Amino acid sequence: MIALLASILAITLRAGTSLIYATIGEIYTERSGILNLGLEGMMLMGAVSAFATVYYTGSLLLALLVAMLTGIILSSIHAFLSITMRANQVVSGLSITLFGTGFASFLGQRLGPESNGHYLIGLIGNKFTPVKIPFLSDLPVLGALFNQDILTYIVYLIIPAAWFFMYKTRAGLNLRAVGESPQTADAMGINVFKVRYIYTILGGTLVALGGAHLSLSYAPGWTDNITGGRGWIVIALVIFSMWNPSRAIWGALLFGGINAIQFRLQATGTTISAPLLNMLPYIVTIVVLVLMTWVETMNKKVGAPAALAVPYMRGEK
Amino acid sequence: MKDDQNGKSPIVEMIGITKQFPGVLANDNVDLELFPGEVLALLGENGAGKSTLMNILAGLYRADKGKILIKGEEAEIDSPKDAMKYGIGMVHQNFKLVPTMSVAENVVLGLDSENFVLDLQKVSSRIKEISHHYNLKVDPNSIIWQMSVGEQQRVEILKLIYRGAEVLILDEPTAVLTPQESGELNRIVKQMTGEGKSAIFITHKMDEVMEFSDWVRVLQKGKLVSVVKTEDTSPKELSRMMVGRDVLFRVEKKKATPGEVILELENVKAMNDKGLEALKGISFSLRRGEILGIAGVAGNGQRELTEVITGLHKVTEGRIIIDGKDMTNKSPLDLIKSGVSHIPSDRVAMGIVGDMSVANNLAMKEYRKAPLTQHGILNPGRILEMAKKMISSFMISTPAPYTSVKFLSGGNIQKTILAREIGACSTLLIAAYPARGLDVGATESVRKEMIAERDGGKGVLLVSEDLDELMSVSDRIAVMNEGRIMGIVDSAEADIESLGLMMAGVPMEEGK
Ligand SMILES: Nc1ncnc2c1ncn2[C@@H]1O[C@H](COP(=O)(O)OP(=O)(O)OP(=O)(O)O)[C@@H](O)[C@H]1O
Ligand SMILES: [Mg+2]
Repeated sequence: MIALLASILAITLRAGTSLIYATIGEIYTERSGILNLGLEGMMLMGAVSAFATVYYTGSLLLALLVAMLTGIILSSIHAFLSITMRANQVVSGLSITLFGTGFASFLGQRLGPESNGHYLIGLIGNKFTPVKIPFLSDLPVLGALFNQDILTYIVYLIIPAAWFFMYKTRAGLNLRAVGESPQTADAMGINVFKVRYIYTILGGTLVALGGAHLSLSYAPGWTDNITGGRGWIVIALVIFSMWNPSRAIWGALLFGGINAIQFRLQATGTTISAPLLNMLPYIVTIVVLVLMTWVETMNKKVGAPAALAVPYMRGEK
Repeated sequence: MKDDQNGKSPIVEMIGITKQFPGVLANDNVDLELFPGEVLALLGENGAGKSTLMNILAGLYRADKGKILIKGEEAEIDSPKDAMKYGIGMVHQNFKLVPTMSVAENVVLGLDSENFVLDLQKVSSRIKEISHHYNLKVDPNSIIWQMSVGEQQRVEILKLIYRGAEVLILDEPTAVLTPQESGELNRIVKQMTGEGKSAIFITHKMDEVMEFSDWVRVLQKGKLVSVVKTEDTSPKELSRMMVGRDVLFRVEKKKATPGEVILELENVKAMNDKGLEALKGISFSLRRGEILGIAGVAGNGQRELTEVITGLHKVTEGRIIIDGKDMTNKSPLDLIKSGVSHIPSDRVAMGIVGDMSVANNLAMKEYRKAPLTQHGILNPGRILEMAKKMISSFMISTPAPYTSVKFLSGGNIQKTILAREIGACSTLLIAAYPARGLDVGATESVRKEMIAERDGGKGVLLVSEDLDELMSVSDRIAVMNEGRIMGIVDSAEADIESLGLMMAGVPMEEGK
């Protein structure tokens, strides 16, 4: 029983890691008032670029850097379209997802070595492996927390740091103000455009890192649609966490946890059909999200930034 | 550098300021001088360019031409941050506060001088010091959206003091305040000028100008038309300078000839947004051809009262009968269809769609019917035609009918709402603070308009805090206090004292 729990917890964390990166990234972006629906495309691009890099260079660090650069480029495009050009953010984000999905799949068929028909699919590269933390990893059940890869350990630090930055620092206050009321922020001397650019790009970087975790650790290698729609799940998780980084963990663990349980069920050879089981994490996420939002609405605590997806122009009333 | 008679030199000088917006010259070569320790009143009709001029001084807009001198030296003011560096701070017509944040957070917003890791405890104690010094009651931990407008304004002022502002710009600060709160504001500004700070304030209320200011400057269609010392002028002369004609402060009206009952409330109860009982059993009736005034300090249930009648708010008990039909908890559309019009107290949030054109905002009630719609298809030509008529008859100053309504001046936004609601009204007009933010000329015409509606056989419910307005416009006055009606009096027999007593919560029988 203890072994079972430990293994569920271990898989939960591994499955949740990429979601937490992306969720925190998108929370920061949306807090500045920019809605980025390009997540799915950006995660896929992060995943494919990271894997291609690690395959040829063997360097995991370089792979992460390339993935981050991919995220920076794609989110800069979104930032330029939605902040400077004041384009419709839904359209811009969806175009990035369409582009990213297609282009990642294209790269997956071109970047591979000749011996593999230029395909990346089916190749094996260097990957992040769990690093045991002495003593702590020997704890019953909770030991799973301390037998993870480095990217997961970083998550342990990122969550409190992201929370602290958002709620306890001057920059975090400015960020929240820009998303709630850009007019007010502007009148108080905050550069609305700068803030929105910074956090759209920072968010995109984290999202791409989330993608990289998939191809470097969770499911090492490259397959088409390696994200399995995680980019969309993240959009839901952002709402679920009420735009609060410290709550991002619960949604990600919920989704990751159901994933883990589903794996276990499949491993034990249940009679429930596989497609149904595969749907489980998505269905549960949606149901919980609906319930949560309903409860929060009853308590009048809906936390969407008031200026989310609204372009800003000086001199408007 | 110019000096006034006392040998003081100005702290702020604006010279030859010109600002062009698409289709309007909002400021045309305007000069302004402000002396330390003094209050300058800036007057002018709606759309005269007062807010624009002040937004330029506060760094929100850039002038096309002209220069600004601070303490005699030319200043480059390109952003609100620059303005703050020169000690200039502005309380805007629409407050600049983040509703979901606390007072303390709003106060330090955008301040580079604070520590990177915020010490809100320290900020709170500094806020308490300032509140104590100026006797400004503000709790640093309150969340903005839960505060009344008066409290929010105190936060705005506190914010400026915290940032060390020497020059305060107040854009129609008293438009949304109760008379008590206005008095309070007056006192704070006096205390600040006593300490050597100075203030520019924009208002449409002549008695405040006389009481409050040292100097008056009047703008007309973007041009500076007069500069006078307050002690050398009178309300009458000032309004003539603004409008170019004499203005009636008390409108004339014939005696009412009430017809059948058009609106009847029977023991109506309702909750407010916070879940507390806001209406505790309201009963009254209003006849055709009659104006019933609702007096009372804002926040005593007036908002809920107007909203239950217009279908925007649920009634928990009691009945509302309009024109003989039970309209309790009917939808806003049902009420619009039965000819009920509503001039809401929160004009930006409930009265207009900012991004839509003036013409479409004007058509927003009539568009369902012919001639604006035929066979379910809108006729833009007819909408434009109707809009043009309304723009000229209500004297809405807009560059064009297709300008976004959010670009209009505060008073002209209000006129747009008035034009639409009065135009669509066929049985009942519910008007909450209809003259708020209007210049003296427009105020006069709105009052006349309401009387014309009455004489046209409609029922008018007028919610106001201005007792003079209520006594001159309405036929009867009901006084509200904490969700109850304290008494209803004939306005011919009403006197300020007994109304004041009822507003304070003393029911009529005991008051007499
Ligand atoms: N951002 C803007 N874009 C376009 N036109 C504008 C803008 N701001 C103001 N205007 C126009 O400039 C003119 C002056 O407006 P302003 O707001 O300064 O008037 P005001 O004197 O403050 O009037 P009120 O008493 O009604 O507040 C108006 O005709 C208005 O429509
Ligand atoms: Mg104005």
